[in-house]
Amino acid sequence: MFYREAGQFRTSYAQDQQILPLWQDKLGMAAMLVVGFCIVPFFASNYWLSALLIPWLILSLVALGQNILMGYAGQLSLGAAGFMAVGAFACYNLILRIEGIPFLVALFLSGLCSAAVGIVFGLPSLRIRGLYLAVATLASQFFIVWALDKFGWFKNYDVAGVITAQPIVIFGHTFASPQEKYIVVLAVVALLALAAKNMARGSIGRGWMAVRDMDVAAEVTGLPLMRTKLQAFAISSFYCGVGGALFAFAYLQTVEPSAFTIDLSFRILFMVIIGGIGTILGSFLGAGFILLTPIFLNILFHTVFGKAVDATIASALEQIIFGMMIIMFLIFEPNGLARIWSVTKERLRLWPFSR
Amino acid sequence: MNNYSFFFEVLIGGLLSGLMYSLVALGFVLIYKASGVFNFAQGAMVFLAVLSFVGFMELGLSFWAALPVTIAMMVLVGMATERFVLRPLVNENENTLLMATIGLSFVIEGAAQLAWGVDVRRIDLGIKDEPLRWPAENFGVFISALDLTAGVVAAVMVTLLAMLFSMTKAGRGLRAVADDPAAAMSIGIPLQQIWMLVWAAAGVVALVAGMLWGARSGVQFALVLLALKAMPVLIIGGFTSVPGVIVAGLIVGAFEKLAEVYLGPSIGGGIEGWAPYMLAVLFLLIRPEGLFGEKIIRRV
Repeated sequence: MFYREAGQFRTSYAQDQQILPLWQDKLGMAAMLVVGFCIVPFFASNYWLSALLIPWLILSLVALGQNILMGYAGQLSLGAAGFMAVGAFACYNLILRIEGIPFLVALFLSGLCSAAVGIVFGLPSLRIRGLYLAVATLASQFFIVWALDKFGWFKNYDVAGVITAQPIVIFGHTFASPQEKYIVVLAVVALLALAAKNMARGSIGRGWMAVRDMDVAAEVTGLPLMRTKLQAFAISSFYCGVGGALFAFAYLQTVEPSAFTIDLSFRILFMVIIGGIGTILGSFLGAGFILLTPIFLNILFHTVFGKAVDATIASALEQIIFGMMIIMFLIFEPNGLARIWSVTKERLRLWPFSR
Repeated sequence: MNNYSFFFEVLIGGLLSGLMYSLVALGFVLIYKASGVFNFAQGAMVFLAVLSFVGFMELGLSFWAALPVTIAMMVLVGMATERFVLRPLVNENENTLLMATIGLSFVIEGAAQLAWGVDVRRIDLGIKDEPLRWPAENFGVFISALDLTAGVVAAVMVTLLAMLFSMTKAGRGLRAVADDPAAAMSIGIPLQQIWMLVWAAAGVVALVAGMLWGARSGVQFALVLLALKAMPVLIIGGFTSVPGVIVAGLIVGAFEKLAEVYLGPSIGGGIEGWAPYMLAVLFLLIRPEGLFGEKIIRRV
């Protein structure tokens, strides 16, 4: 009833190619941005900001990176956390070693460092395909975390192994409170999400999708396979690297290799699956889902069983339910939460009449 | 001790521990060969199998009573997996199936801990992880009895599986299914029974691998990481080759130990976590389907 395109005609190519062609969508997006930037920081408590919203946004960004590689370019990678670690340590070292470097520049450069590493580890993808590649990407995960842990230079010869991240300083202002950090993270994520949306629907994204669907066919039609694949690896790693730097600086406040284990890589993988493979929206939905599910289950256990519930039993149950959910999503809704949303939109068009 | 015997000691130790990886990797190959599923949950199955075995023994069963009970349980787990996870996902692409088995590994790990708790346990096979006396006295080479047992067990398992594949009716059906599921079904091979058989066999392999690994490093949660250790073995050998797993296990084991001993000190130790992967990637660059894997023919 309220969500329908009747009467909204597209009379030029520019109109036809808009990201949000319907006024309802435009309004919705504008409302979300206004709420996100202007209202949330003033009303959300510190717990909400620093334990939920900030990690949600950052993990969405990383999931977006994983989605570019896996959902758009079809190269299954199991090493996202490794590239996050590169970003985090690059940012730490840039700020440490270059006097007065602006935080945003350091953030961008750490994304580039991660992209460079991504290209190196993406090279085997030119020769290895499918599952063999997925297994080979584990090499990046293990090697990167080992190297960052082993070579003291990366950690500035810190013996404790846990480094405190430097404060976020932009234009002389220190962004220390959760509200301020949230604003920085939101701005970066919104900007990069917009960029991703544009890449995905442009010629770059079409190239990725052609490679995903059938790489030999893509090559035959004149698509440079090497460039397209490495581009996907580089851009994906860029997103992971920026996400990793934010993860360390705005969320954890520490820089340590042990934060970027293979478990995190798997969680990012699940975000993409549950959110929706090959969708921008899905990365955000999936990250939210994976982040909130354990918290929700925890609350559930405590309300059902009371305070007496054993911690190991609770965590084991949580793990079982989590695993089952992933399997169920793969069986019943392989296109993830993003698909559920688009079905809902279809329903809204016809509401209150049923199909 | 001279350098030669030290080199051989490292080499033999590596080769034998490589066979222990092969045992884990064997479970992967079985399932991949028959159903095209890369079963990431194999590590979790190893953990569940040996934990249950020890658990049953703690409940008062003897060694020989606990063994069939655990095998029966693993067969049930395998059948349930086939019925509730893989059958609904039939005809999905292999990445989807891989992700489903990652989900499955969470379920199995959780279930194992829920049922038996998180304590580290010990399993006594009556074989000590100590050097054998005969080679130590005659050649000055130290070989662990446990490693040697594992090697023998791995060899026996591979022979048995190879016989299962080539000599029995079920094995022929299995190979037919691996070749072309639709064609196999159309000539009346019971696809689902074959898959259940394979998953059950993988469960048994997991139990054997778990018992040997458990005897070495304790029955603990870290056993699930064995899946990660087995992966370089798997990609070097090729996903579809039983003998390939043994050869690759030997290569990876020897490389890992030699690299740790001779290369480790110069670049800072702890390299066994990633060095096998790097070796595997190098192998793949030359042969993208592993040493013994089936040649991938791609048509447009």
